[in-house]
Amino acid sequence: MANDTKFRNRKFKAVGTRPPRPDGLDKVTGRAKYGADTFAPGQLVGRVLRSPHAHAQITRIDTSKAEKLNGVKAVITSKDLPDLTDGDSDLYDTLENCMARDRALYDGHAVAAVAAIDAPTARKALKLIRVTYTILPHVTDVDEAIKPDAPIVQPRVYTSGVSPKPKSPSNVARVSEFGHGDVEAGFKAADIIVEKSYKTEQTHQGYIEPHACLASVGPDGHGELWVTTQGHFVFRNTCAALLGMDVAKLTVTPSEVGGGFGGKTHVWMEPIALALSRKANRPVKLEMTRNEVFRSTGPTSSTSIDVKIGVKKNGRITAASAYLRYHDGAFPGIWAMLGAMTSYACYDLKNVKTVGYDILVNRPKVGAYRAPSAPMAAFAVESTINEVATKIGMDPIDFRIKNAAKEGTKSSYGPTYGPIGIGPTLAAVKKHPHMRAQLKKNQGRGMACGFWFNFGGETCTDLNICVDGTVTLTVGTVDLSGSRTSLSLIAAEELGIPYERVKCNISDTASLGHNDMTDGSRGTFSSGMSIIFAARNAIDDLCQRAADTWGIPVKDVVWKDGRALAKGKKHRKLKSLSLDDLAAASSNTGGPIAGHSQIVADGAGVSFASHICDIEVDPETSATKVVRYTVIQDAGKAVHPDYVEGQFQGGAAQGIGWALNEEYVYDENGRLQNPGFLDYRVPVCSDLPFIDTQILEIPNPNHPYGIRGVGETSIVPPLAAIGNAVSDVAGVRMTHVPMSPPRIRKAIKDKQA
Amino acid sequence: MLKVCLSGPLQAAADGAASVSISAMTIRELLRELVEQYPGMQKQLDDGIAVSVNGEIFRDSWSEEIPESAEIFLLPRIQGG
Repeated sequence: MANDTKFRNRKFKAVGTRPPRPDGLDKVTGRAKYGADTFAPGQLVGRVLRSPHAHAQITRIDTSKAEKLNGVKAVITSKDLPDLTDGDSDLYDTLENCMARDRALYDGHAVAAVAAIDAPTARKALKLIRVTYTILPHVTDVDEAIKPDAPIVQPRVYTSGVSPKPKSPSNVARVSEFGHGDVEAGFKAADIIVEKSYKTEQTHQGYIEPHACLASVGPDGHGELWVTTQGHFVFRNTCAALLGMDVAKLTVTPSEVGGGFGGKTHVWMEPIALALSRKANRPVKLEMTRNEVFRSTGPTSSTSIDVKIGVKKNGRITAASAYLRYHDGAFPGIWAMLGAMTSYACYDLKNVKTVGYDILVNRPKVGAYRAPSAPMAAFAVESTINEVATKIGMDPIDFRIKNAAKEGTKSSYGPTYGPIGIGPTLAAVKKHPHMRAQLKKNQGRGMACGFWFNFGGETCTDLNICVDGTVTLTVGTVDLSGSRTSLSLIAAEELGIPYERVKCNISDTASLGHNDMTDGSRGTFSSGMSIIFAARNAIDDLCQRAADTWGIPVKDVVWKDGRALAKGKKHRKLKSLSLDDLAAASSNTGGPIAGHSQIVADGAGVSFASHICDIEVDPETSATKVVRYTVIQDAGKAVHPDYVEGQFQGGAAQGIGWALNEEYVYDENGRLQNPGFLDYRVPVCSDLPFIDTQILEIPNPNHPYGIRGVGETSIVPPLAAIGNAVSDVAGVRMTHVPMSPPRIRKAIKDKQA
Repeated sequence: MLKVCLSGPLQAAADGAASVSISAMTIRELLRELVEQYPGMQKQLDDGIAVSVNGEIFRDSWSEEIPESAEIFLLPRIQGG
């Protein structure tokens, strides 16, 4: 029972309720401490010098004048971060991305850094560093980068995933093919075939809190790092490897996080802060400006995607293919591969083929962004699905229902599905009042589906019973969006005590075994499972102590509703012992009472969502307004429904910005033209309607409480749902995201021409 | 013998084979045998791999027992946000 992961139709008391979030007060009063909100005696200010060129040979860096400036305590270049990666290409990429070595690979690539007594001195020092560049040809467009005459971004990269291995370097870093059946035969069997090409532009996660950290490394080789991160254990391991430190001698403490959405799963500047501190022998605070966040952290890919779907007149898809080109920035990634895996995951297809091309360009290293790569693939596929349904005169929802994946379907990326929620979300769309609401003039409606994998991972948790019977949880997954409340609810449920008696804390890296990051929608799934096991561990101990107190065998003791009960008629005179009773007596029954769990949480269970969107397009300006939006998603079990709804709404809001406004704009020199929130416009409250939500609960069979991850899937359908809505009102298929007013006007004019 | 299906990116490491036959009781045995048959697969394992057993995806639980005639699918390890 202790580590039994199977869902057994449990009935809940605490889980599923909506208590106020414990971190809410601190966050609204400004007491919460974020990445920039901690200080150390004698701390210095760090600043980074970045390349203004998209691609350039660094022939010389002269730091002598900066080093002589009064108040400057350290200046570093790549020489201060020697290559200790021992052939690990991913780690070397991280090292080179943190600080350029012989070449600057994108506008914003770090080339040197300083630590000084104050910000003005640090800024002045940066101006005294002389970097001699030889400008090289560059490429920033994903389609241009695969042309034969395109400049090679990384001479050490040869295309992987193809056989035989290529003999020359290429900007195509990886080719990833998925699918099954005979696609050509499937297309031959089709009555109608629709082929379309799509483009999506690069976007940033747009978290409000810029990257910030406080690093301190002493001459004894011990270090501390306070940082805003989604995974402090992973940051510790990566930074220790890059700086040649023993992992145990670097303690990383996570701050509160002001948004991450995948962008804080990677190190960008933390090794620089540690290297500066090591050289200066003083603590160093390093904060990015918004300009640096846009130019030098990890936005998503821009893409170019070709989709082909064949269908019978009865509405059954006979074959489907997609060729997906995603840019990775200047370092190889797996982003096109993820697009290829997720493209057709919503559908039950006999013949399907997807091919992803990960492509290098002179842009920042692409990072994860909430269900990474799935939204772009969904935009292309779900737009084409609507085109196909229209061509055969079938309702797009009925068409999706007819072709939807179900339990037993062989997924387009390989494995066979267990119980899944795509069918129920589509059925809920069909019944939803939103679908029957009357549209006004110049308004259109669209819907679309989305998929994300979810995953679990390494997790380590402590549960301690205090002397008054209250409970502390120590967890190693960073709280991004309320997981401390959800995890407290789970502990309360398992122990049978009120939620208010539980306090959840996020530990530093010295206090627990390794925890993977809070990504892949794993926080509540994994740490929730770990807490259940830790609580069962503690309950076993509590039952033993009750048995010892009563002088009866432990097999005669059960735990129910927060109390130890003696079973059977022979023990009927024994008064039950509460958690409080047992906690108060703990010093005489064996000392502290605790539970611990260290697990690999697997079996996360895939996730599906369907969204509905109404859009109004101004007939004169083509300005768009989202007038109504509904999210329907499977949560497995909503531990705290407010937070689940918040995740649904947050993903939809980000997807709306991506679909309508957000876009990296580069000039002909490969310089980013809009690295700020004035020119890169994310939606604000006044841009959005109230986003309606409907939670479906199809239990994950591989979690004791049936929990699935919920954080990412909600960003997958919006691009396509909005694309279908805009196309509906504009009368022309929109194929380029963002669907900004100029693009909508051009599409309408092109059609009229 | 288990039939182990390889997703596209992993096929290049197995001389282009879409599936291979492996005798194994656990994921660890499966991966060990796979590398013995196809040494090029070691790089894939180092980069990260996930094993689907009857539709349930395991990333790190290498002690997981594999039922007889289970559907086995090897996938690249994915990243999330």
